[in-house]
Amino acid sequence: MDAMLTIEGLTATVDDKPVLKGIDLAVPAGEVHAIMGPNGSGKSTLGYVLAGREGYEVTGGRVTFRGQDLLAMEPEDRAAAGLFLAFQYPVELPGVGNANFLRQALNAIRRKRGEAELDAMQFLKLVRAKMKALGMTEEMLKRFVNVGFSGGEKKRNEILQMSVLEPAFCVLDETDSGLDIDALKIVADGVNALRSPERGMLVITHYQRLLTYIVPDRVHVLVGGRIVRSGGPELALELEEKGYGELQEAA
Amino acid sequence: MASSKRLPDVTSPAKDTPAAPAPLLHPAAAAYLARHDGLAEHLPGHRHPWVSALRRRAAEVFARQGFPTRRDEAWRYTDLRALTETRFDEPLLAVDRPVLLPDGIADAAAPRLVFLDGRFRPDLSDLDSLPEGVRVESLGALLEAGEEDVRDRFGALARAETSAFVALNAMLAEDGAVITVTAPPEAAARLHLVSVGSASGDRPVAFHPRHLIRLAEGARLTLFDSAVGEGTTPYLNNTVAEIALAPGARLTHVRLQAEAGRSFHVSTVFAEVGERGEYESFVLATGARLARNEVHATLAGPKAAAHLNGAQLGDGERHVDTTTVITHAAPDCASRQTFKSVLAGRSRAVFQGKIHVHRAAQKTDGYQMNQALLLSPSAEIDAKPQLEIYADDVKCSHGATVGELDADQLFYLRSRGLPLREARAILIEAFLADALEAVEDEAFRSALGQATAGWWARAHTEAGA
Repeated sequence: MDAMLTIEGLTATVDDKPVLKGIDLAVPAGEVHAIMGPNGSGKSTLGYVLAGREGYEVTGGRVTFRGQDLLAMEPEDRAAAGLFLAFQYPVELPGVGNANFLRQALNAIRRKRGEAELDAMQFLKLVRAKMKALGMTEEMLKRFVNVGFSGGEKKRNEILQMSVLEPAFCVLDETDSGLDIDALKIVADGVNALRSPERGMLVITHYQRLLTYIVPDRVHVLVGGRIVRSGGPELALELEEKGYGELQEAA
Repeated sequence: MASSKRLPDVTSPAKDTPAAPAPLLHPAAAAYLARHDGLAEHLPGHRHPWVSALRRRAAEVFARQGFPTRRDEAWRYTDLRALTETRFDEPLLAVDRPVLLPDGIADAAAPRLVFLDGRFRPDLSDLDSLPEGVRVESLGALLEAGEEDVRDRFGALARAETSAFVALNAMLAEDGAVITVTAPPEAAARLHLVSVGSASGDRPVAFHPRHLIRLAEGARLTLFDSAVGEGTTPYLNNTVAEIALAPGARLTHVRLQAEAGRSFHVSTVFAEVGERGEYESFVLATGARLARNEVHATLAGPKAAAHLNGAQLGDGERHVDTTTVITHAAPDCASRQTFKSVLAGRSRAVFQGKIHVHRAAQKTDGYQMNQALLLSPSAEIDAKPQLEIYADDVKCSHGATVGELDADQLFYLRSRGLPLREARAILIEAFLADALEAVEDEAFRSALGQATAGWWARAHTEAGA
């Protein structure tokens, strides 16, 4: 059985500088893999390359997602195919209402999948239940997307989008950054609720802390644009203890 | 461009005749004057000396100044050659064919006055549900009758010297809406004024509607004023509106300019606001090949207010111009202006906003904001704010921004599954939101939303690099 997401020999540049220098990684459905690494190792770049952000130029290798050539697809088509990136820094959209935004996104994806669109009432019913689980107030639906949200509210809003859009594969980019321990637990619960045998996840993080709450099946260490070590969840604990120093020297 | 027609060279007067040479008149201007002379016996009201005198005076002003060129400060950014090089005829009298009103226009759910090529069409209008205290008449009919009331109102606020187009309008106006509201404020009325440019023939036509709107003390009216058009033959809609608001009166003037793509639209609005009166206007411009929307608002009594908001949306080679002049002539008045431009393709926009504060207008509060969103590298905007302040205790500010769609915001929307076209539309709508929000009437706001969507259906292919 092929993995849900397969990355082979992926290289990429940002502003003509090589950042990813040959990544090989396979995440099967039902598994949660963690990417750990020091600052500047290429963790966020990997997330953006998978989601298709402009300015991140792929110079080699290939990414296969559910049997499709991911890198040939537009960002919106990747989303429709089931890929979701939870941003490290969610973008503010002044003038765009949170509820409308989320409903339009959901309906765009449903349209592409050949499913019926949800009207405002059906959508509200769906989103209310998900918000409650994330400890969000309904008032946040009326606000502009991420405008005036605290760091924790922004991250919760990302997880809300994820739970409404129900992607097949989630990439979480530093979802723990800027969260206090209570917010971290809520966000982790939200993510864990989405774990299922049909869904894969790639959790990008600098610290082991998040992985206490979202326990990964595999841990990969990214240093200098390459995966230098892979292992089980115990690898995260080892890194917490020893730091990245030794691995950075080796890279 | 086809070669423009020129007058044969005027031979200079003989050296021994010191008379000043006659001013050289642009052939287009000469043609309009000839038309005025030719039509003098046919224009409505010509039997009444005051009507023909009014037209003659306007013709003299027009003959003196002709069409403006880019050397005129007020027209520096708007080139009128495409307009002056087009020969327009009068609309044929018998344009008696059914007219389909566009979506959103037809169902604005208000009593409706329809003008086709500048002429009132009772058969297309629906004035059955006109509320009490609101009188609506045809200017053409009132001029024919020599109505004294019209004599007082026609040209009372719109001086022919303001621009060639105002003079031209006075010379040739055949019809227009005369709206008089005397109802008390609790009977806030709604009315829909529609101008349809049909350009049904194969020759370009010009029409010059003149609307006279007057609200009595404390009266209220929400007027949806839309100019739409169809067909590919060019036409010129040169509208002048004179709006007089008595103390405490309030006019909400929601305007839509969605003329046919090859047409020319010039509208000049004069509003005079009495003590504690309010002139609230919103203009959405999505059509015409060349459009100029000029508003002159005078705050004539203490504590009067003028709110001018608007959006102009460009695509293709279109040129859209918004020019406002707000005169604070009395103390304690407020003026607020927010104008947005969204430009695709090779379109051009102009925003000129002048705030003129008289010496007597202490405690003036004036604010002007002009924001532009350029969707293509070939689109352009020229902006010129102007403050002229003669009082010493005033608060006046202006600001301007020019930008493009934010790449991070676009990516964020697309990463959530929204196609590029939809993602752009969402961000454009958000950009327009704080100007559009000012329109409280839901039916009218929804008509504006449909016009915006219509523009985007046309413009989206020209967005992006």
